[in-house]
Parts: sequence; structure tokens; C-alpha cells
Amino acid sequence: MALAGSRGARVRSNVFAYANLAPYIFFVLFPFYFMVVTSFKSNAELYNLKSIPFWIQSGVVTEHYALLFQKTDFVTWMKNSLLVAVVATTVSVVISILAGYSLARLRFRGAATFGTAIFITYLVPPTLLFLPLSQVVVWLGLSDSISALMLIYPTFLVPFCTWLLMGYFRTIPREIEECALVDGATRMQTLSKIVLPMAVPGIICAVLFSFTLCWNEFTYALTFISQSAHKTAVVGVTSDLIRGDIYFWGSLMAGALLASIPIVIIYVLFLDYYVSGLTAGAVKG
Amino acid sequence: MAVGPRVLAAAGFPAPGRRSRLREWWEQEHVFGYGLIVPAIALLVTLVGFPFGMAIWFSLSDYWVGSPGGFTGLTNYGAIIENETFRQTFKNSFVFTGIALTLKIVLGVWLAMLLARNLSFKRVIRGIVLLPFVIPTALSTLAWLWMFDSLYSVVNWTAVRLHLISAPGPNWLGQSAYAMAAVITVNVWRGLPFFAIVVLAGLMTVPREYLEAAEVDGASSWRRFWHVTLPLIRPVLAVVILFSTVFTFADFNIVEVLTRGGPINTTHLFATLAYQVGLQGGNLGQGAAISLFIFPLLALVVFFQLRYVRQE
Repeated sequence: MALAGSRGARVRSNVFAYANLAPYIFFVLFPFYFMVVTSFKSNAELYNLKSIPFWIQSGVVTEHYALLFQKTDFVTWMKNSLLVAVVATTVSVVISILAGYSLARLRFRGAATFGTAIFITYLVPPTLLFLPLSQVVVWLGLSDSISALMLIYPTFLVPFCTWLLMGYFRTIPREIEECALVDGATRMQTLSKIVLPMAVPGIICAVLFSFTLCWNEFTYALTFISQSAHKTAVVGVTSDLIRGDIYFWGSLMAGALLASIPIVIIYVLFLDYYVSGLTAGAVKG
Repeated sequence: MAVGPRVLAAAGFPAPGRRSRLREWWEQEHVFGYGLIVPAIALLVTLVGFPFGMAIWFSLSDYWVGSPGGFTGLTNYGAIIENETFRQTFKNSFVFTGIALTLKIVLGVWLAMLLARNLSFKRVIRGIVLLPFVIPTALSTLAWLWMFDSLYSVVNWTAVRLHLISAPGPNWLGQSAYAMAAVITVNVWRGLPFFAIVVLAGLMTVPREYLEAAEVDGASSWRRFWHVTLPLIRPVLAVVILFSTVFTFADFNIVEVLTRGGPINTTHLFATLAYQVGLQGGNLGQGAAISLFIFPLLALVVFFQLRYVRQE
């Protein structure tokens, strides 16, 4: 790092940084660019070994998108994803606000142990539990339904959100709550009227992460659901556009693109929250 | 104390008194504290703790989809350890995790150092860097699947045109070593942003004065990094590495979409093999036994994490 160096040295070192970052940014963005190009390219051009794969030469076509909307349940998948994400996020964030506040602020026996237990579940990967959970889902009569996902997603959302929100609650000065209690507010009123308004950035962060994690979830959505009309967008696109050995590449890329767009929009709007949540989640973890 | 209001209610005390006693009870710090945490604990006990117990029970019984079996001891473990596919998977998991993690650590620190500079478009660049981490992994892996296609691979097309390889180039997902390389590439592509952004946050806490003092003393930029920056970001780096170890080792999405464990099981990880044996094959007992091989590493990571958290 050019710290005390001359202006010339600093410019040179920044040029060096850009020169290093450029290939990496190309590496990051190329798959997305290639998705877009492929989704608008005619099959004749896609499957012509002599054509240049990087751009479209023989005209933009929308047939892959048409196939997606007319021949698959794409719209239903998107609706399912949205429904699951909204329900699971709401339930999880409410549970996590209560648990996070309790662990960050209230003194009771076993609080530290509960905190550790929640932290450990945070580290349990879904791939360790999907086999038994697939049986739990059958026993509860929820097999092959999106309700199963609404029930199971909070298992990884609650530990994450609780941990995240504990960090935010700890930054709120305790005196403010004590004043409210002295003035006769109940504990619940103190939480809802005093603490929550001050923890809004943390709650936004928890909501954003939960929604993204739900939308992107693959393991449980793949293992619990087999009927096309009940699939989520991520699973529907990855499974229903591949028939045996036949890959509908144009539509696969179109579907992958469209199903990613809601997340990209939220991401662009709330970039700073993502960065702070990511670092808070890991650093405080 | 906790019985008080209920006893009073049973004794038929008048409503106002009962309500105020109940409220008084609920307003106690420990009662309120337990009350708020009950939903979270109930959820995690029933849907994480209990299923984990079930996984252990499955692995010790001949449990098939639709036909609960009896206790068979360590038969499942014996069977999978004898199994060639499982041995291959065991090896794959360590090769995959070892290489992917090393690449993510080295490139992640390198990337974080670059991002820490005061560049123009800093926000945009950070936004782009984090993108692979935010987009649904299964969907972005589809793009990679297409890029590694056996016939129309854009990677091969480019390499052939640049005369780096001779046509037609490797069949990425059809040859063992190349398939492993492809799976690792996508895992690094997807996981690097997490490393870079968290390490970047760690770098921001390194006091400038330390680096300036080292520079005045004539330390080269490499020595400044090795002796000043690295020791200071070590705690952050440790946490990221521990996290990433678990989630790389337990990866499912990338392998399932890209290779389904093939060719000839050379990219199977515990999770994808457990899925194939347990759900597609219906042998839940063996599937659970396979997926439980993720557990020892998880336990180790939890142990180190907790020790680290206590030190803080």
C-alpha cells in the first residue's frame, strides 16, 4: 500500500490494483453475461459450432422466454418462491427478534447456554438434516407441498437472524429502556415502542438475508417437492427444463436469469445492508 | 413464584387481582426472558435437535423409505466403509475442501487487499464482487454447466481459438480430473466474495499508523503484509475459514447441478452421495450414515469457534 508515498506512486499503485481487479471482475460477471446472451440467441445459432459464442449474430429471439411461460409452470414457481420466502421470513424474523432481545438484554439462568445452542444450530448445514426432515415432512402430512418449506426454512433462518439481531440490540443504550420501565411501560411495550424502532437497520438486514436465503434455497426444496406445480423457482428451472439428455439451454438460461432478477433488484437497492449483515454475521459469530 | 397466579386463579380470586398478579409475574426479568426465547428453542429442538437424533437412529437401523426398520447396530457403517463409491467420496470431499478452501483463503485475502484501496467506483466494484454470493447458486451453476458443455463449451472454444489447446479440448464434466477442477472453480467463484468482504472489514480495523511506522522503518510491502497486517486480521480470518470449512465440506448445490457426482463418482461429496443413496435409492439408513460423516468436522469447527468466542 502506498501510504506516505508520492502522488505518482499512489497513481501507479492504483493502476496496478485496477489491472489486477479487471480479470477478476470479468471472471465474476462472465457467467451472468453469458446467461443473457444465450437466452436471446436462436437455437440455430446456439448449436452451430462455427458461430461465435460471445455475442448474437443472427438476431435476437424471444422464443426461449415464450417456451418458459407457455410450456412450463414458471409463473407458478415464482409465486411459490415468493409465498414461501414471505411467510418463512416473517415467522423467522418475529421469532428471532424475541429470542435476540432476550439473549442480548435480559438476565436469566441459562441465557448463555441458549445463546451457544442457537449458535451451534447456525453452523449445522442443511445437508446433515435433509434425510430425517424428509420423513418428518411425510409424518406431518406436508409432503410435496410448499407448507413443508415454510415450516423448515425457519430452522436455518432463526439461528442466523437471532445472532445478527443480538448484535444490533447490544448497541442500544440500556439506559433508554430503563427510563421507559421506570416511567411505567411494560417490558413488551419497551421492546415494541422503544427498542424496535432503534433496531430498524438490523431488522431490515435480517429480513433481506432471510428473503434471499429462502429464495435461493435448493437442498430442501429439491428433496421435499416433486410435483412441478409445487416447485420453487430455483428448483423448477434446474429440474424441469432438462428432459433426460435434452437440455433446453436457451430457456434454462432465460429461467435462471428471470428467477435471479428479484434478488438482484433487492440487492442493488440495499447493497450496504448486505455488506453489514455479512460482516456482522461472521465477525460476531 | 411461577405457580402463584395459577393457584390464585384456581381459588377463584376476582378477575382484576388475578390479571395484575399475572402481569406482575410476566414482568419479572427472568420470566420475560424465558418467555421470549421459548418459540426459538421449541423450533430448534423439534426441527433441528430431534431430526439430528433421527439421523443417528436411521444410521443404526435398516430404515428404508416407507418401511421403518429395526436396530442393526453399525451394519450401515460397515457396509459403506466397504463400499468403493463411499471411499471415493471420502477422498473427493477432502480433495475438494482442501483445494477450494486454500484458493479461497489466498485469493480472498488478495482481493480484500485490492478492495481496501481508495479506488474510484469503490462501491460499484464491491457490489459486483459480492454478486456471485447473492444470486441463487443453483441457477448460476446452470450457467457454468452450459459453459462447460461437452460440445459447445465457450471455455474450450476460446482456448482453441487462442491456440492454448488443440480442438476439441477437454470434456470438462466427463473426465475425472477436469470435473473436479470444474466443481472447485465454481465453488471458489461462488465463495470468494464472502472471504473478500469479511476480510476487507477486518482490514479496515488495521490502524494506518502501524503500516506507516513499518514503512518508515523500511519494511517492504510483503513484510508489512506478513508481519503487520496478517497478525491483525488473523481473528477475522480464523472465523471465516472455520465457517467456510463447514459449508464447503457440506456442499450440495454445485455438485448436484454440475456433475451429480459423476463421472464415475469422482466428484461425489457426502451430501450428494447421501441424497443419491438415501432419497433416490430409498436406503435412508445408509444415506443417514453417509451424511453423518459431515458431523465430526462440524463438531471440530464448533469446538474451535466456541473457544474463540470465549477468548473474545
